[in-house]
Amino acid sequence: MNRRRETLTSYLVVAPFAIVLAFPFYWMLMTALRADNDLYNVDVVPYKFNAGSPTSANFRFLFEQTEYGRWLANTALVGVAVVAITLVLSLPAAYALARLSGSWGQSIGVAIFLTYLVPPTLLFLPLNRVVAELDLHDRLWSLVLVYPSFTVPFSTWLLMGFFKTIPAELEDAALVDGASRIGALVRVVLPLSVPGILTVVIFSFSLVVNEFVYAITFISSSEARTVSAGVPTELIRGDVFYWGALMAATLIPAIPLALFYNVFLNRFIAGFRGGAFR
Amino acid sequence: MAAETVRRRRQDVFEEQRFLGTLLIAPAVIFIIVLVGAPLVLAIYLSLTDATAGSLTGEFVGFRNYLDAWESENFRRALRNTVLFTIVSQLIVVVGAGLLAHALVRDFRGKWFFRFLVILPWATPVALSTVAFLWILHPLYSVPNWTLTHDILPGSHAFFPYKAVNWAFAREFWPDAIQISPIEPIDPPQWLGEPNLAMAAIIFVHAWRILPFATVIFIAGLASMPPEIDDAALVDGATGLKKFWYVTLPLQLPIATVAVLFGIVFTATDMTVVYVLTHGGPFNSTHVLTTWAFDTGINGGALGEGAAISLYLLPALALIAILMLRFARRVEVT
Repeated sequence: MNRRRETLTSYLVVAPFAIVLAFPFYWMLMTALRADNDLYNVDVVPYKFNAGSPTSANFRFLFEQTEYGRWLANTALVGVAVVAITLVLSLPAAYALARLSGSWGQSIGVAIFLTYLVPPTLLFLPLNRVVAELDLHDRLWSLVLVYPSFTVPFSTWLLMGFFKTIPAELEDAALVDGASRIGALVRVVLPLSVPGILTVVIFSFSLVVNEFVYAITFISSSEARTVSAGVPTELIRGDVFYWGALMAATLIPAIPLALFYNVFLNRFIAGFRGGAFR
Repeated sequence: MAAETVRRRRQDVFEEQRFLGTLLIAPAVIFIIVLVGAPLVLAIYLSLTDATAGSLTGEFVGFRNYLDAWESENFRRALRNTVLFTIVSQLIVVVGAGLLAHALVRDFRGKWFFRFLVILPWATPVALSTVAFLWILHPLYSVPNWTLTHDILPGSHAFFPYKAVNWAFAREFWPDAIQISPIEPIDPPQWLGEPNLAMAAIIFVHAWRILPFATVIFIAGLASMPPEIDDAALVDGATGLKKFWYVTLPLQLPIATVAVLFGIVFTATDMTVVYVLTHGGPFNSTHVLTTWAFDTGINGGALGEGAAISLYLLPALALIAILMLRFARRVEVT
């Protein structure tokens, strides 16, 4: 009886939120599938398809007449590279801070975490000049180089917390058996840290996909853009908005990413719990 | 003998620990110093000079950029907007995420699908979802306006009840007590064309996009509560609101505080939503510090003053950092 009431409350709470949070996506889908003469007609009901719709014209426009495919590839490329750099820098640092160093390690850990609070909006002006001096303007390298500056601090802090939850005795046993420190890290600690690493991967990737400020300041040529910067700058030309294409361009990364995050959400939460809320 | 080897081995490890530790930490620390520390110092330096776009140096001008920025009406408005926008959207997010997280930790049929709907805004690049809101709030084709004027408010298109009322009661035939002046169709609001509505739209979009991630963090917090506490609460007869108030809330408060402090940093330092949705308009009324700094520093070319404007955020961020450390320590204790 009590259980059923709890379930009912869950539905009553979740349903309205789900509607408000997901409505824009229903709307994007309706817009992306519309023909222009249906879309720009105030006399027809916009909640259903009318003459000429649904159509795949907007999707075709996106891939045939804009650099959209390129932007997707760029984003994926930068995302993968940044995640890799983040792991290479933060895994060893986090492990060392959790295990090898004493009280000063704690202070460095805190200092690293605090740098996460320094936002891109504070740094983009000087970094823009630095990128120009290094001749990295309009190159994806500029993003690959700069993005880890906001993924590494958070990842190091989270992984540090995560490593602390793994009993040191496990490594000691491996060390007694003749493994080296690094060997113990790779064979004992890393397999146990998969949820934490997964959390870092998802979190870093989502930050990269979302990043906008650096992407529009460092890159101005169309073919080097990421999705975040390319769509709002290139599909809006002065006063001309390609609404159908814009909505299609938003849905294409959103749906797979949401599915992906949802599949791994429980592990993401477990990783967050292990790392942040010990 | 065996104990002796173990001890020796331990000593070796201890010997190499210092070296190994430094070796493992150094790359991350150097990277952060070069890409966060140095630019921050450079930003502070630039803010004290009259540097313009295209150069990294300029004449030292002391605090003139800060004073100039402070004098400008647009800057003060941007500062007010930043505070307002951060506080209101965070309030919405905390209440919403708290409710949602409580509902989503339980198991129920269709939970996976609902969760998918809820995390959609988090998965979408924020610049793109903001463009979607640009369309949803379009002056001519906006959804709320279409729905309002067709089905809810007297509009020029449909909404027949008001026409019937006009037909019946807006005539000379009736005595004054009954006769009404005809109801005019209402011009639907221009959501992004009016300062207050545009500000409300910005706050809404921001709350909309932060809410899913805040919910995920709250779920992580709730899930980290030991199950014994549930049983203890049950034995003591604490259920529903009582349990929330006396058990869950005190236990979750430190975690929630850390989440909120994060949220404040994310919100106060974000520029995407404002930049894409209104670009500071109409008439520079919805600028926040970050977009105003971008307009001044990148579009206007006044690098020094732009840096000064964005650095006005630094004291607030420092305060948040101090609070965060305080609460983070308490999180570790529980």
